[in-house]
Amino acid sequence: MAPFRARRTTVVLGSTALAASLLLTACGSGSGSGSTDSAGGKVTLTVDLFGTFGFKESGLYDEYMKTHPNITIKQTDTQDEGQYWQALQTKLAGGGGLADIQGLEVGRVASVLQKQADRFTDLRTLGLGGVNDELVAWKGAAVKTADGKVLGAGTDIGPEAICFRTDLFKAAGLPTDRTELAAKWSTWQGYLDLGKQYAAKAEAGNAWTDSAAGMFTAEVGQQKVRYSDEGGKPVYDSSPAVKTAWTDATALVADGLSAKLPQWTPEWNKAFTTGKFATLSCPAWMIGYIKGQAGDGGSGKWDIAPGPGRTGNWGGSYLTIPKTAKHPKEAAELVKWLTAKEQQTVLFTKQGSFPSSTGAQAAIKDVADPYFNNAPIGRIFSESAAAMPAQVLGTDDGVIGKAFTDALGEVERTNTAPDTAWKHALDNVKKASGS
Amino acid sequence: MALTSSARLPAAGASRVRRRPARRLAPYGFVAPFFVLFAAFGLFPLLYTAYVSLHRVELQTSDRMDWLGLQNYTRLFEDPFFWNALRNTFTIGVLSTVPQLLMALGLAHLLNYRLRGRTFLRVAMLMPYATSVAAATLVFAQLFGRDYGLINWALHGIGLDPVDWQADTWASQIGVSTIVTWRWTGYNALIYLAGMQAIPGELYESAAVDGASRWQQFRHVTIPGLRPTIVFTVVVSTIGATQLFGEPLLYEGNAGGGISHQYQTLGLYLYEQGWSFFHLGRAAAVAWVMFLLIVVLAGLNAALAARRNRTGG
Repeated sequence: MAPFRARRTTVVLGSTALAASLLLTACGSGSGSGSTDSAGGKVTLTVDLFGTFGFKESGLYDEYMKTHPNITIKQTDTQDEGQYWQALQTKLAGGGGLADIQGLEVGRVASVLQKQADRFTDLRTLGLGGVNDELVAWKGAAVKTADGKVLGAGTDIGPEAICFRTDLFKAAGLPTDRTELAAKWSTWQGYLDLGKQYAAKAEAGNAWTDSAAGMFTAEVGQQKVRYSDEGGKPVYDSSPAVKTAWTDATALVADGLSAKLPQWTPEWNKAFTTGKFATLSCPAWMIGYIKGQAGDGGSGKWDIAPGPGRTGNWGGSYLTIPKTAKHPKEAAELVKWLTAKEQQTVLFTKQGSFPSSTGAQAAIKDVADPYFNNAPIGRIFSESAAAMPAQVLGTDDGVIGKAFTDALGEVERTNTAPDTAWKHALDNVKKASGS
Repeated sequence: MALTSSARLPAAGASRVRRRPARRLAPYGFVAPFFVLFAAFGLFPLLYTAYVSLHRVELQTSDRMDWLGLQNYTRLFEDPFFWNALRNTFTIGVLSTVPQLLMALGLAHLLNYRLRGRTFLRVAMLMPYATSVAAATLVFAQLFGRDYGLINWALHGIGLDPVDWQADTWASQIGVSTIVTWRWTGYNALIYLAGMQAIPGELYESAAVDGASRWQQFRHVTIPGLRPTIVFTVVVSTIGATQLFGEPLLYEGNAGGGISHQYQTLGLYLYEQGWSFFHLGRAAAVAWVMFLLIVVLAGLNAALAARRNRTGG
């Protein structure tokens, strides 16, 4: 009988321990990773971002902490914006775990304005009502609610160009002169034609570009009306912007010019060093991404030229302060400093994130980047930004964009007929949307 | 013995019970922790999920609930992606459960022999089970990489074409199933092994005397002796397969289950509805459909087993 009893005791103890641990985890999950005060008036500010904003990489945090000895900045970062957005929504719903400063992608702004304006601090209440005044007009207008609340401070915008590998171009007998290339691919058709020339001579396994999705997003980004019209009506299934970009991107696949890599995945990241593709649709912030992925070894191999259509707007971001921020005042000061003209200038010079501040735009006109063979990135992206449309933003832009890029993935990776994939894209939007 | 005697106490006489109410209540006290926890973390979420599934609830505006009746359910049954997920759950379930249990049976049979280092082998079998889903899946996702994966590299080495383990429907389902099989084979093998050791040795001896070969012994002594154990593992694996979630989620790191949703399971479909599209009401409806599905499957399993027991003696 003794062993039986002993076993029962263990079971009871075990289940009590389990119960206790369940309760502990249940209670613990609420508090999350918010900021913490420490003694002596010191404040730890938490910043939660996606992709590569470049604040840390360009030394801006260090500089700020030097001039503000009582502030410590802690940054967390999710590479994929889709995952970041998902986590942000979960935290907003739960009301915990939010940082003092949260990044926000331009494609999500309309959704936040319409559905969650009450979860973010109106920056006017923190003395930052004019934080967007010196930016290009549409940038500030996009985060202003109908009743005048300012929900975010604009950081960068995403003027487009084409990044290309000079070593692979030379090997395939293509010119590497930026002006000559820009003339050859002044249209997307020209870009495809040059791609066919490249493919004829390039080694097997070296594709013209990374993915159909990259080209699609860049081309759609050149139009004012993309997924919804000015009245907020969804037009993704009929807008000329989407249709044309879809036709061109599927032509890219049909011509065998895509490396078929899904963007923002480890396979894609690795390809930056191995050189599986020769060109890449490059919003300005992609410069920082390339540097991060290709590392020092990639220096001098890449170059940048004005892309088809000479313009486009892909991405760009805002900094927001959630209502639950522990140190809204200090956070507001940091936001103001990070988005100011001087810092936006530094960010472009070091990281390539193109300023939304008109003052900074004037200051960076002559910047060249040694990593990209001294390409005059200031001039190239300034020209692209000058022609940039003020895009109409819809609440479901992020979801719709993903549905189309996923469908293009089907076309290039599973040999799905473009018409079938188009239907899949529309089905996916329907599945995701609220109707 | 202590247990049975205290359980019989009430029957022995009402007067004794009245004198010692503490003793009468003690058993309830002992089982209470489980039931309190179950009510808080099992029953309440279950019922609340049912309540939520009858409303339109969006994560972004989660304080608002609009009554919908059964609309979330009718919408679900009209959604081709739901049926796609159901189909995938079934095929991945078969692809992972069947080889897993067969291999486990074979391994248990081998481990039942006197082998050198038997204990080491038995412990080693449990290692995959002790590994976290996330760690295992991340490693397998690397192995199954299209351009830089070890498996495609090996295929290339023996002159075969590389396989797109992510985008291709069957290849990706096999990829996900491999992770499941790898994790659970050892666990099931140990359960079978325990069952095998409960089969009396005399049965094998008399079978051997009658001239039965090893294979015949396995078929006619081991398998019938293991029947209850097999039923148990089939039920548990079926439930596991129906709820499959972590492996397909982390396989490519997105809730869509591949670009064509080709390996999106029901669990992933639920997650996508709730946490990618933020439709909590619809996600709750999926959860309830899954729950009922599992109840039906488990019931079916039990009924089949009961019938076989009756007819098979």
